[in-house]
Amino acid sequence: MSNQAQNRHQAVGLSDQQVLDMFYYMVLARKIDERQWLLNRAGKVPFVISCQGQEAAQIGAAFALEKGKDYLCPYYRDLGVVLVFGQTARDCMLSAFAKAEDPNSGGRQMPGHFGSRKLNILTGSSPVTTQVPHAVGIALAGKMQGKDLVVFTSFGEGSSNQGDFHEGANFAGVHKLPVIFFCENNKYAISVPLKKQLACESVADRAVGYGFTGISVDGNDPIETYRVMKEAVERARAGGGPTLIEAVTYRLVPHSSDDDDRTYRTREEVEEAKKQDPILRFAAYLKEIGLLDDTSEKELLERVQAEVDEATDYAENAPYPAPESALTHVYGA
Amino acid sequence: MAVISYIDAITMAMREEMRRDPGVFVLGEDVGVRGGVFRATNGLIEEFGEERVLDTPLAESAIVGVAIGAAAYGMRPIAEIQFADFIMPAVNQIVSEAAKIRYRSNNDWHCPLTIRAPFGGGIHGALYHSQSVEAMFTNVPGLKVVVPSTPYDAKGLLKAAIRDEDPVLFFEHKRCYRLIKGEVPETDYVLPIGKADVKREGTDITVISYGLTLHFALQAAEKLAQEGISAHVLDLRTLYPLDKEAIVEAAAKTGKVLIVHEDNKEGGVGGEVAAIIAEHCLFDLDAPIKRLCGPDVPAMPYSPPLEKFFMLNPDTVLAAMRELAHF
Amino acid sequence: MATKVLMPQLGESVTEGTISRWLVKTGDVVNKYDPLAEVTTDKVNAEVPAALSGRIVDILVPEGETVAVGTPIMSIEEYGGAASEEAALEAAEPAPAGAGEGESPVLKPIEFEPARVAPVTGKQRYSPAVMRLAQEHDIDLSQVTGTGAEGRITRKDVQKIIEQGGLPRAHAPSAALPQTAEPTPPPPVNPGAGDQVIPVSSVRKTIAARMVQSKHEIPHAWMMVEADVTNLVNYRNKVKDEFKQKEGINLTYLPFFIKAVVEALKEYPMLNSSWDKDKIIVRKDINISIAVATEDALYVPVIKAADQKSIYGIAKAIEDLAGRTRAGKLTVDDMAGGTFTVNNTGSFGSVLSAPIINAPQAAILSVESIVKRPVVINDMIAVRSMVNLCLSLDHRVLDGLVCGRFLQRVKEKLENIGPQTNLF
Repeated sequence: MSNQAQNRHQAVGLSDQQVLDMFYYMVLARKIDERQWLLNRAGKVPFVISCQGQEAAQIGAAFALEKGKDYLCPYYRDLGVVLVFGQTARDCMLSAFAKAEDPNSGGRQMPGHFGSRKLNILTGSSPVTTQVPHAVGIALAGKMQGKDLVVFTSFGEGSSNQGDFHEGANFAGVHKLPVIFFCENNKYAISVPLKKQLACESVADRAVGYGFTGISVDGNDPIETYRVMKEAVERARAGGGPTLIEAVTYRLVPHSSDDDDRTYRTREEVEEAKKQDPILRFAAYLKEIGLLDDTSEKELLERVQAEVDEATDYAENAPYPAPESALTHVYGA
Repeated sequence: MAVISYIDAITMAMREEMRRDPGVFVLGEDVGVRGGVFRATNGLIEEFGEERVLDTPLAESAIVGVAIGAAAYGMRPIAEIQFADFIMPAVNQIVSEAAKIRYRSNNDWHCPLTIRAPFGGGIHGALYHSQSVEAMFTNVPGLKVVVPSTPYDAKGLLKAAIRDEDPVLFFEHKRCYRLIKGEVPETDYVLPIGKADVKREGTDITVISYGLTLHFALQAAEKLAQEGISAHVLDLRTLYPLDKEAIVEAAAKTGKVLIVHEDNKEGGVGGEVAAIIAEHCLFDLDAPIKRLCGPDVPAMPYSPPLEKFFMLNPDTVLAAMRELAHF
Repeated sequence: MATKVLMPQLGESVTEGTISRWLVKTGDVVNKYDPLAEVTTDKVNAEVPAALSGRIVDILVPEGETVAVGTPIMSIEEYGGAASEEAALEAAEPAPAGAGEGESPVLKPIEFEPARVAPVTGKQRYSPAVMRLAQEHDIDLSQVTGTGAEGRITRKDVQKIIEQGGLPRAHAPSAALPQTAEPTPPPPVNPGAGDQVIPVSSVRKTIAARMVQSKHEIPHAWMMVEADVTNLVNYRNKVKDEFKQKEGINLTYLPFFIKAVVEALKEYPMLNSSWDKDKIIVRKDINISIAVATEDALYVPVIKAADQKSIYGIAKAIEDLAGRTRAGKLTVDDMAGGTFTVNNTGSFGSVLSAPIINAPQAAILSVESIVKRPVVINDMIAVRSMVNLCLSLDHRVLDGLVCGRFLQRVKEKLENIGPQTNLF
């Protein structure tokens, strides 16, 4: 970035308030995530799966969608995406503690398995990439009903090897459906690095096989991610069919609370990546163009911290589901 | 009332439901212009257009996965798997997704999806066009598994499946398609999923079956009546969840139970039926619960004598029924 | 020799096809694989090719007609002599596994494992249902005769006792005199040294169970008449050689007896009936069961619609059924639907027998040996060919009066057989 401050966000149609909101969501996602790790290490929640390092890609992408109209079929790291779509810190903590009020599943699923009918977030599962054909199905249904909705589905680069990715992408390509296939390439599928997952240059290269555009973008840059997403969304709404976007990021923490990444990557590599931490980079940009200073940054951090504290307390004290409620909702009435 | 074939009853059910509800649509391989390889969707594309009768790419997981997405959104998809044998690539979507969407979202989302698949043998279909795969899905809570045996049941149950708020696997015995004919009203009627049906009243032995073998049992019952043996025949119709009440009632009626299915014996639906009887009406039993099933080999071979050996037939069923009656 | 071409199975699940167009006509010469006809089915339209080279002898199905898979549609006479009948194309024909169509496959051993009963050791084992019913209704099972396999007491046996108001109770429950009047179970049969123990086959078991059931459920009554069949014997001796020569089958006495019985049944239909709990079902069809013995078992195949058959027709049916019985090729259908049984015990040399009724029929008639005996006719003694006809009857359905009249009619008919009798 040059010394001379250059306003890049206006060029892509983002207002000052929007970029500040983006920053807020990125920090909120990071702080919720960090709190969950603490709670896990303190023995209070059994499991954490992280978004750290991918907040810029997630939030940049989510800002290009229309809340209340578009649909999400996210994957388990998409905390940033669902926050933008309306989930709250309290929702996330209720899910982490597996309490009855967890809006995703009433405490039935592990954290990271997002879902909310009122927020247009389709419920997800743990077998990876199964959400991709679902996104295609929602897009198909929307098209049949004459709605101009767009469906966003995300997955890791490892998941781009799954049959469901290829089957779903092909189906959407054949039927020219408004789906954004958003691959968050964080370089590792648990322990297996990119070069052992893909023989092609990038995940984006795979789109050509299905007859639509594939773009690779710097996922550490929310504005650039937004720009690419916005184009894809407009193309989809205009009937131009799907787009595959590969957001190149880095997973800053182990795969999950049960993983130890020291067994498969060096500390030096991780430290190097942390210098490119999207939150640090975006804060620097906002300061450069004068939208943020140390004081307002501190205020924002305190606000987020209070929100996370409140959410944690609330969730920790919230009631568990009644044991026998395990028997309900197998079928409808 | 018109006498029509089993497959025509299935087509009729889909046509009526598509006329009734614009959310109902059909997707699968060759279901459109060709009208399905068995012709089950014959004439639908002409009436409803290619947007509602969708020829999909040849990829079963996508057929089911896309249907799940559309169903969750609020449509009523009918996904056709060309042969039940080819459902395997879609099992993850069926078992991990469709079956669990309601439960895992704590009743926030649900999936009103119907998956139709022709199953069963006796048509020279060999290992991969003859299998009975139903037992794989009959221990998956969240799914409903339906197998009609008559044209009347096929229409009423398929309409019920399409209107059901949860995913229904609808297995159609392909040998029944053109072999079994029966009276089917042209009126709108639905039959309850989860209810078995007494197809013949009797007092000496109880036969519990479904699909093609049910017809073998009915034929055998007719012949045994001339020998003075009175057989009670229960058609399960829904294999999951089972109609436990009807099973217990039918078993208690005679105390002698023969369970017949084309699917392999070990791990088949018959084992569960037997367990229900053993749990609930031991003191009505007058003989060991017997099962007559396909052999425990991977699948039905192609060579005619091998296929014939695998398949049950009216005489093998009759012999088993007589044997039990004389016990 | 002409080879029949069958309607092929064109496509899975297809059961019938329509000849939309013949591409050949009678007299045409075709080469192997030449198209013969266009066939339309629910699934496909296709040309049916010739399975061999030859001349079209006959076209059996007209254009536009729909026939079942496996139906002969034409015949071709092959070049160069004998060919196997129904060749090649029929390989596509499925085993008629389906409901109500095709011929019934031949009975053969099946892999079904029969339910095991306790071996006959004198110690009975009871099913849970029998135990429960016995306890609830205070029934001493040692006093009950079982009708199940190997004498097992069935749930129905116990239910019957309950319906009848229980077992007759011994008056001295203190058991000072145990079991005086009631039947006792047979003592255990212990094989001695050198005795042969023969395992009971499933056919033998079936026979045993049905005999026990018949004797247990049906109150048998018994009657006999003797008939003078001298004229029949003379007539049959006169025509039998010519009959054999012309028709290729032996003319035995049995068809004459069956013919007489069938005609009498027409006049006394009550003998052609069944007892069914609270009603009697009088059968319209007259299907005569005949007993055919093999070395180790007894089968009872049925002459269907015997009232519509001539003596020749009955003779042919007997020849066919007996032949197939001995070849082990009877089908289930062959043994189903009998309404009255005629048993030719005379063929074993018997002159008197009391047959067990073939339930659910109401009566059985045995024809004994024809023997020459001195008989008084018009106060003169003559040597005549005489035969005894024995009838066992279900006394729930039938009484002596109607059975006596019936036997008289049979006797009259037999005694009136002679050169005027029409064989065909």
